[in-house]
Amino acid sequence: MTTDQEPLISIRGLTVSYSSGRGLIGKRHTVKAVDGVSLDIAEGETLGLVGESGCGKSTLGRAVLRLTEPTGGEVLFRGRNLAELSNSAMRAERKGLQMIFQDPYGSLNPRMTVRQIIEEPIRAFRLAGCSDIGARVRELLETVGLASGHLDRYPSEFSGGQRQRIGIARALAVEPEFIVADEPISALDVSIQAQIINLLKRLQAEKGLTYLFISHDLRAVRHVADRAAVMYLGRIVEIASGREVYSDPLMPYTKALISAVPLPDPNAEARRQRIVLKGDLPSPIDPPTGCPFHTRCPYAINDCRYVVPQLVEIKPKHHAACIRINPENPDIDTNAKAESGATSIFEHGSSGSNGSIRIDPSKSA
Amino acid sequence: MDGPILSVNDLKTTFQTANGIVRVVDGVSYALRRGETLGIVGESGSGKSAASLSLMRLVPEPGLIEGSITFDGTDLLSLSASEMRKIRGRRMAMIFQDPTASLNPYLKVSTQLTEITRLHRGYGRVEARSHAVEMLRTVGIPDPERRIDDHPHEFSGGMRQRVMIAMALSCGPELLIADEPTTALDVTIQAQVLDLIRELKERSGTSVILVTHDLGVVAGMADNVIVMYAGRVFEQASTRDLFARAANPYSIGLLKSMPDPAREISGPLYQIPGLPPDAANLPIGCPFAERCYRAEEICRREAPPFIEVAPEHYSLCHFAADVYAGHTPAPEFGL
Repeated sequence: MTTDQEPLISIRGLTVSYSSGRGLIGKRHTVKAVDGVSLDIAEGETLGLVGESGCGKSTLGRAVLRLTEPTGGEVLFRGRNLAELSNSAMRAERKGLQMIFQDPYGSLNPRMTVRQIIEEPIRAFRLAGCSDIGARVRELLETVGLASGHLDRYPSEFSGGQRQRIGIARALAVEPEFIVADEPISALDVSIQAQIINLLKRLQAEKGLTYLFISHDLRAVRHVADRAAVMYLGRIVEIASGREVYSDPLMPYTKALISAVPLPDPNAEARRQRIVLKGDLPSPIDPPTGCPFHTRCPYAINDCRYVVPQLVEIKPKHHAACIRINPENPDIDTNAKAESGATSIFEHGSSGSNGSIRIDPSKSA
Repeated sequence: MDGPILSVNDLKTTFQTANGIVRVVDGVSYALRRGETLGIVGESGSGKSAASLSLMRLVPEPGLIEGSITFDGTDLLSLSASEMRKIRGRRMAMIFQDPTASLNPYLKVSTQLTEITRLHRGYGRVEARSHAVEMLRTVGIPDPERRIDDHPHEFSGGMRQRVMIAMALSCGPELLIADEPTTALDVTIQAQVLDLIRELKERSGTSVILVTHDLGVVAGMADNVIVMYAGRVFEQASTRDLFARAANPYSIGLLKSMPDPAREISGPLYQIPGLPPDAANLPIGCPFAERCYRAEEICRREAPPFIEVAPEHYSLCHFAADVYAGHTPAPEFGL
């Protein structure tokens, strides 16, 4: 997780919890949407963040920019702790930190023209004089591949892909260094997705941008990201280079996630071994004890119910959180065979048969 | 294995609007064998959903369906509304992308599941209920005896999709039309639902039409594929042929623009330029010409022919044979 140079963004133990009260009498629950996440993002890097809906990936992205206030931990941007800044200091800092949203329909004001939408951040940060502002807006529009004839139209007159381009132009208007792209292509048609991915990559090369690219689409993350982090129930469970997460996943959840991605190749589809997970993502209101994944994990043993696995460097620059693997024995299949004496909670039902400490997963504190 | 379960001939679905006639589906023909899975691929606005809704005669007013749809020897377009109702839900069933839209939120799942079999099969209350429990068990709902009395909102997204599949399958349909059945679901849940459809198909021999925008889903599920664009069939082939050797510049573009995680890609992704055309304002010639690397002057002037480039492999393109032969390969990164 450490890179040789000073990271541009350093996330330390970031936690976002919500309390979902049930009125005066009901029990109050605390939902940890993000649970102690630590990540470094190097300058010019794209860090991909993948996970299923409800895993907390969007909340993490928003918390990094303080669009959602973190409840714990810190976010260092060029060494400055964003979490400690006053609102006005944070507002000034936002010039360097921008966001691109999933929904190009919901994130543009329908009553503003494209010109007004892109001008707004430039005016807010006084980045151009009155005479230059028109030229700057046209330049931005051209950068994202729209014509200046589009300037006085409203968002409703554009297609989804074009609206996403407007959102990107708005983010670029303040010349940010770091952009959180939250599912930027999921709402778009297949033929348009490639256009937006290419645009984001071209902008990165031209402007030296750093991205946190959040997506549930592993195929896109594999293509875009230098490194990819896999999130499950608020925690990072694996992180490595985009290629390695894909070709050599270590943690059982990542293996399952990758085996579920449909491949555009009928021969490969016919040959592949799929790990089909049982059941759904557990509710974050009542998360499983121990390893959050143990309720769905085909490799889970009794220990997985009460030991919270830590993110460990299993292979060089490849971290995973699973108690059944370690740097000496990184392959869970081999380990599972070797330890076949250990009790799988799936083989033996829900009651632990050895003398280990048992916690009923359905009754966590 | 006698005759196709479904044959569609020159299907046209049009809407009369204030701005003239919109041809949402414009001349779609295919035959579906018993037990076959046909994938219909396209982007939004390609007409893929309208083409499958037309099969069920579920196109909203003022939509007009023309052509012929023959289901097991019966011409569906000549049936009266009540005769059609007897087929719909019993012999042909449909599942949609959004299960919340097709389940009544006020009614228990049990009410909705028993309604179908009581209506179509004349089951009594007890019989219908035990059949419904069995269906929920088949689609993998844990503890079906208890869950059957829950309301739709008490199920998760993937489980709701299963409830809808159980409902669609409760009369043992011969044809199942699945319109983007996994688009709203996470990949791990998508894998579960696709597995379920595959398994049910093997068990009961149901024919399936799978409508999707995801070529990856088609690759793993379908025997044959239809690629639609601007209401027309642009390419039709066996899945293997299409992926091995596509004969239409649009399909080639779709295939190439998908990042294949199994392959190392450096540099930009292949991209199809521009935007899909507006269905109300289609150009005179080929609707894809503006975005096509192979387009020549004729493409903007004349509608393209539907050419059989190999047995059972068709492409709607002036240069289909040339594209199929690979004489003009697509540019590396698109136009």
